[in-house]
Amino acid sequence: MILQKVWQHDLAWSFRRSPVTIVAAILTFVCVGAALAAPWLSPQDPFNMAALNLNDAFTPPAWDEKGNPQYPLGTDNQGRDVLSTIMHGARISLGVGLASVFFSLLLGVATGLLAGYYGGRLDALIMRIADVQLSFPAILIALLIDGVARVALPGDRHDELAIPVLVLAIGFAGWVQYARTVRGSTMVERQKEYVQAARVIGRRPLSIMVSHVLPNVLGPVLVIATIHIATAIITEATLSFLGVGVPATRPSLGTLIRIGNEFLYSGEWWITVFPGAALVVLVLSVNLLGDWLRDALNPKLR
Amino acid sequence: MRYLLLVMALIAAPAPAVTLKWAAQNDILTLDPHSQNHATTHAIVQYAYEGLVRYNAKYEIEPCLAVSWTKSDDLHYRFNLRKNVRFHDGSAFTADDVVFSFNRIREPQGTNQIYVSGIKEVNKVDDYTVDFVLSGPSPILMRYIVDFRIMSKAWSEKNRSQHIQDYAKKEETYASRNANGTGPFIIKTWEPDKRIVFEANKSWWGKLDGNVTDVIYTPIKSDATRVSALLSGEVDLVTDLPTQDVERLRKEANLKILDGHEVRTIFIGLDQHNDELKYASVKGRNPFKDVRVRQALNMAVDREAIRKVTMRGLSLPAGVMVAPGVHGYSKDIDVIAKYDVAGAKKLLAEAGYPNGFEFTLDCPNGRYVNDEKICQALVGMWARAGLKVRLNALPFSNFIPKILNFDSSAYMLGWGVQTFDALYSLQSLVRTKTTGADGSFNLGRVSDTQIDRMVDQAKTETDDAKRDKLLRDGLVRTRDQHYYVPLHHQMRPWAMKKNVSITYSPDDRPQARFAAVK
Repeated sequence: MILQKVWQHDLAWSFRRSPVTIVAAILTFVCVGAALAAPWLSPQDPFNMAALNLNDAFTPPAWDEKGNPQYPLGTDNQGRDVLSTIMHGARISLGVGLASVFFSLLLGVATGLLAGYYGGRLDALIMRIADVQLSFPAILIALLIDGVARVALPGDRHDELAIPVLVLAIGFAGWVQYARTVRGSTMVERQKEYVQAARVIGRRPLSIMVSHVLPNVLGPVLVIATIHIATAIITEATLSFLGVGVPATRPSLGTLIRIGNEFLYSGEWWITVFPGAALVVLVLSVNLLGDWLRDALNPKLR
Repeated sequence: MRYLLLVMALIAAPAPAVTLKWAAQNDILTLDPHSQNHATTHAIVQYAYEGLVRYNAKYEIEPCLAVSWTKSDDLHYRFNLRKNVRFHDGSAFTADDVVFSFNRIREPQGTNQIYVSGIKEVNKVDDYTVDFVLSGPSPILMRYIVDFRIMSKAWSEKNRSQHIQDYAKKEETYASRNANGTGPFIIKTWEPDKRIVFEANKSWWGKLDGNVTDVIYTPIKSDATRVSALLSGEVDLVTDLPTQDVERLRKEANLKILDGHEVRTIFIGLDQHNDELKYASVKGRNPFKDVRVRQALNMAVDREAIRKVTMRGLSLPAGVMVAPGVHGYSKDIDVIAKYDVAGAKKLLAEAGYPNGFEFTLDCPNGRYVNDEKICQALVGMWARAGLKVRLNALPFSNFIPKILNFDSSAYMLGWGVQTFDALYSLQSLVRTKTTGADGSFNLGRVSDTQIDRMVDQAKTETDDAKRDKLLRDGLVRTRDQHYYVPLHHQMRPWAMKKNVSITYSPDDRPQARFAAVK
């Protein structure tokens, strides 16, 4: 019964009608699955430094005559299996992407609700901050926060704190869109009878915002968040590519591309091309899914 | 007639400017010639600042700001200074500048005291004569004072730069940002991390061997970008090639490769002074004080794999702390620690660490050839012996103050030997640290009375055979006590456009005065 209901739902219908979305969903599923299951599925644990053999470094992919079937996509400059590093790297990329989107969501929704509900000076303050931030590219803000954190944190803890810092940096760079969307919808909802009724019966503003307004403004925010995941992954990859993201000993996809980039001239293309391709597939499929969700939920496009 | 005029105009025209565009990985730390004993800094500063003597293209000593010298006995030298030499600001060079520079370079906040170590006094006799009084005989005095560079007393005082900047405290002075020497090139501008622009000094006392009149030095951090700059013709000369690209560049038709050995040894230093390692899991004691632990670290390094894979054959695995080409080196003592993981584990267990321990390895990134990659490889190799190493890779400008402040438990460093004599390495790296040149880069604070005795004797020993024996014993004892983990001696080919010719410098200091661009 439930399955049937799901199958007949509008969303499912539009999903079935769009082959691109189906492919994107399958690819996303494969990427996320491979990333999640990396510790069990990957042929080698690339973070176990003791298991690496420097003498195996620069092995080409298995189909090359110098390849080794043990390393299907070849090895990098430290003898790490490229396939395994991609799986583990995607795990870090996805983790950082999701966590930072969650952080911007939290920050953006909270500020947006406050601004929209209270209005006045608080609204002006929050929105002007948002305007100022919006005039800088997100990557620049992430770089700034990351750079400041690096100087402020004690030197030998950099590597351990790199991922949380990255999440905060990317998350902080992305809150504005959520805040603006939520603020707009909240201003509309605030005027509606159910909110006024809640106020009349004496509910406190905080509980009105959280339990009444929030559920009604969350829809568009979730769509933005889906698309944002792809952007966050790209931002993380960019920062790591620039060498200010996750450390080389625990590489994300961006770090892998950076490492491999040095060997493009010397012909060891697989070190950078495969992580690059993995990043493209991951981001593209997440993006396509997000696009589809946006269109499917937009009543104007139906 | 018209042709004649044209020809005459051509003859009368000034010699065309010939620019050498040189790129390497690192920027300089300072322009103060007395401040930092750092290869790239010396390589740049020597264009503007000169010493009393200099190396010729074959690395033999020749007169520079001194035209001649006499030795009355082992402790007394008299230098006759070159007359009519002017600093770039126009002021005249006299004996006062030599005395001033001598007092300045010895200031404790600098790291170049080694170049005047053993000199007790420098006395002015008249404007163009100075006397050196040594504290003991110094058989290779001239090799040391090559890097004792002369600054103008008047200029330094006028610009409040009479003292060396305190680099470890990030102090800047006028002299750390501006140069005023007597040398063949004038440093016009230094835009940190961007470029250094040089112009030939028209009133230089000497004569340039080549035709280069302008030099632009560009530090390019990224390996791939540096190679691209060479391939696209944006730069003429690259002196630190990424090892992985050398083979490909050899095949490029419009480039040529100049092969050579650098006199530089790359090694790992270990804190052997603190009673508790600062960045380690072991509390209450310092495992690096135990020779068995140091030996284990040494044995767990697969130098051959680093040579073959990470360095692509462009290194010579090292057992001793000086490279071939340095006086005191000999093949029979350069025995690398046998690669033996099981043996290393056993030694660690004997020392009381059957499960290994954790420590942080500070590693410069982008200072030495493949430095960070080598450190990463070491992390893996030591992991196999049961040691968990946390890698802390830092840009060199952050790395160097950290290790100079002894704020490191283990670090990677490379040591080039400017004097081409092993005493320089032993004295800087292994002799117990005092305030002067002794142990100036002994940043793990190794202290061994036997080595101290050997180094101090070698400083003044004039009998060549005895001196050689002292150097040899010092190197062997450093090796056998595993005070350092030597990794390899660097090889460093240069790549340049076909129309550029230059003399290879094993000290990694390309000299534009020997360069020509056709």
